[in-house]
Amino acid sequence: MLRIEGLTAEIEGKQILKGIDLEVPKGEIHAIMGPNGSGKSTLSYVLSGREGYDITGGSVTWNGQDLLAMEPEERAAAGLFLAFQYPVELPGVGNANFLRTALNAQRRARGEKEVDAMAFLKLAREKLKKLHMSDEMLKRNVNVGFSGGEKKRNEVLQMALMNPSMAILDETDSGLDIDALRIVSEGVNALRGPDFSSLVITHYQRLLNYIVPDRVHVLMDGRIVRSGGKELAEELEAQGYGQASAA
Amino acid sequence: MPAVAETIETVQSVQEGGYKWGFETDIEMEFAPKGLNEDIVRFISKKKNEPEWLLEWRLKAFALWQKMEEPNWAAVSYPKIDYQDAYYYAAPVKKAGPKSLDEVDPELLKTYAKLGIPLKEQAILAGVEGAGESPADSGRMPVAVDAVFDSVSVATTFRDELSKHGIIFCSISEAVQEHPELVREYLGSVVPQGDNYFACLNSAVFTDGSFVYIPKGVRCPMELSTYFRINAKSTGQFERTLIIADAGSHVSYLEGCTAPQRDENQLHAAVVELVAMDDATIKYSTVQNWYPGDADGKGGIYNFVTKRGACRGARSKISWTQVETGSAVTWKYPSCILLGDDSVGEFYSVAVTNNFQQADTGTKMFHIGRNTKSTIVSKGISAGRSQNTYRGLVKISPKAKGARNFTQCDSLLIGDQCGAHTVPYIENRCITAKVEHEATTSRIAEDQLFYCRARGLNEEEAVGLIVNGFCREVLKELPMEFAVEAQKLLAISLEGSVG
Repeated sequence: MLRIEGLTAEIEGKQILKGIDLEVPKGEIHAIMGPNGSGKSTLSYVLSGREGYDITGGSVTWNGQDLLAMEPEERAAAGLFLAFQYPVELPGVGNANFLRTALNAQRRARGEKEVDAMAFLKLAREKLKKLHMSDEMLKRNVNVGFSGGEKKRNEVLQMALMNPSMAILDETDSGLDIDALRIVSEGVNALRGPDFSSLVITHYQRLLNYIVPDRVHVLMDGRIVRSGGKELAEELEAQGYGQASAA
Repeated sequence: MPAVAETIETVQSVQEGGYKWGFETDIEMEFAPKGLNEDIVRFISKKKNEPEWLLEWRLKAFALWQKMEEPNWAAVSYPKIDYQDAYYYAAPVKKAGPKSLDEVDPELLKTYAKLGIPLKEQAILAGVEGAGESPADSGRMPVAVDAVFDSVSVATTFRDELSKHGIIFCSISEAVQEHPELVREYLGSVVPQGDNYFACLNSAVFTDGSFVYIPKGVRCPMELSTYFRINAKSTGQFERTLIIADAGSHVSYLEGCTAPQRDENQLHAAVVELVAMDDATIKYSTVQNWYPGDADGKGGIYNFVTKRGACRGARSKISWTQVETGSAVTWKYPSCILLGDDSVGEFYSVAVTNNFQQADTGTKMFHIGRNTKSTIVSKGISAGRSQNTYRGLVKISPKAKGARNFTQCDSLLIGDQCGAHTVPYIENRCITAKVEHEATTSRIAEDQLFYCRARGLNEEEAVGLIVNGFCREVLKELPMEFAVEAQKLLAISLEGSVG
């Protein structure tokens, strides 16, 4: 269970999050929708521990632990995964090596046995097959020369390998064609279960046709102004944020 | 960005303890009197029982050196060196004849153990007759080692195995005694005595180093390796390495270096000469990890080295690979003289500087023969307040028809108080030659670090991964075992460089 209470945060003195209250119970998928500049990406970065954000108030707990007190890598090891809006290129770093290093770093932190190269390859191939992706993905350097769609697929591959209990998808659907959108959604839906929860941050309702949320929240100007069921997303799509948030 | 501020703090807090090879070994040493004059040169030559011609050769170098001036064109600064305030000969006292290895001081063996020298060879050094003469049982490729301690070669392993192939691998002092004709023919033939200030000094006072001769058509069955260790206080190390690959032969040679932590600077001025005949290949790899000085820039090795290879034969190839992480000041330009038609020169370099280290390193490629090719890949990584310069020369003579060069220089900056400089010189006098140069400068971006951390890597693991990725093109040129060592070393050298 992810519990956010009265969270306020600023960047370089400018307040972006103005008091967020949100609960994502175990096993549920919640969507956060909102216009540009409403604080969606800031929320995802604050939750995953990126530097440069000053948290000025409130709290975030994750299964009872104080999430904000943890380093980004500790959050990852605790089962939190952020799918980046703009996945980062790591020149010269092979994707397979990166994924195995990351997976083993998490396993080490949890006191689990590391996965050797052979076992990792087997696991990775299994996941690739499920996600209808080619083995080539492993041989390339991390995100280097990847198209926008390939980068997002690589995020989903990473998510499948890390097998997180909480995934934050930061506008994963932006810039995706319909096929890529389907693959990405299948990746999330495959993880769906009583032990998996997710915060799907998106601008458009489109993604939510594929990943059907349990709850939808509208983020406007650093606050959650409305919450509802999946039908809220359709209402937003039809009426726009101005109308819907005022309703 | 808070990351930057923290970077600076952390860089400043890097401990002396970061250099784990900084121990000193307490062994009995024999010194020549401090200072440098003709008598010292004679002393060294006499001590080594050298023939008259070599003494004359040294004296000629010394006379030349006295008229030379220390070069000041490199982008490095250091206090003036007092050449009279150093010992030019320091040797571990041998308790018996040099051939019996069990006479080696146990303290020396402990040193090798600490250095992690890839010695199954430890057994050989410990004097177990016949040990290691069969390929290592650990399933690893055997590596033959020549260990040079301060100025003197103390042990060479796998000799019998190598001699079956006609390969000579010994200290240069022994080569002078046992193969004087080879030494006389090639010594100074690539780096003449008066070549430059430091090479000239080395020619006068060199005390030991390694000698390799690979006969015609022989492919050396194992990696040859030399470990250099400066131990004694106020001692200069002046080793001289000479490698000759006769027609159609092939050899891969590794060089590793460490030194104890000391407050004062120590001078290291080595000369390495390589000669490759028709169709011969020499691959020379260095992992240089001399003591870099402490976090305040105190102490450390001054590394003024002249390395040059001559591709004398057609289709010959010399490939330099270096991973430079140590030394307070590095002045080093492993070069290739491409004389033979279709000969190939390569230079792959990673130079890491942290704290107050300064490195001015690069290569020179002289294209003389037709269709000669050279490749230069240089990766400079600067952290702390260090300065890192790539300096290179590609010179193409009018006769070098169809010559080709490709140069790529990439610099990576960590923090905002370090410097990276690229100084490429190109002199092309041949209309059919093709020269390409690419250069980039970048930083480890905050988003790269965060991306790695969000996947579970801690900050140091993330920096290690990113830096190793940056250096990949060079690291893949290293022999397997060395590559693993180099990767670890890169991570250690940059420990604490990012907050």
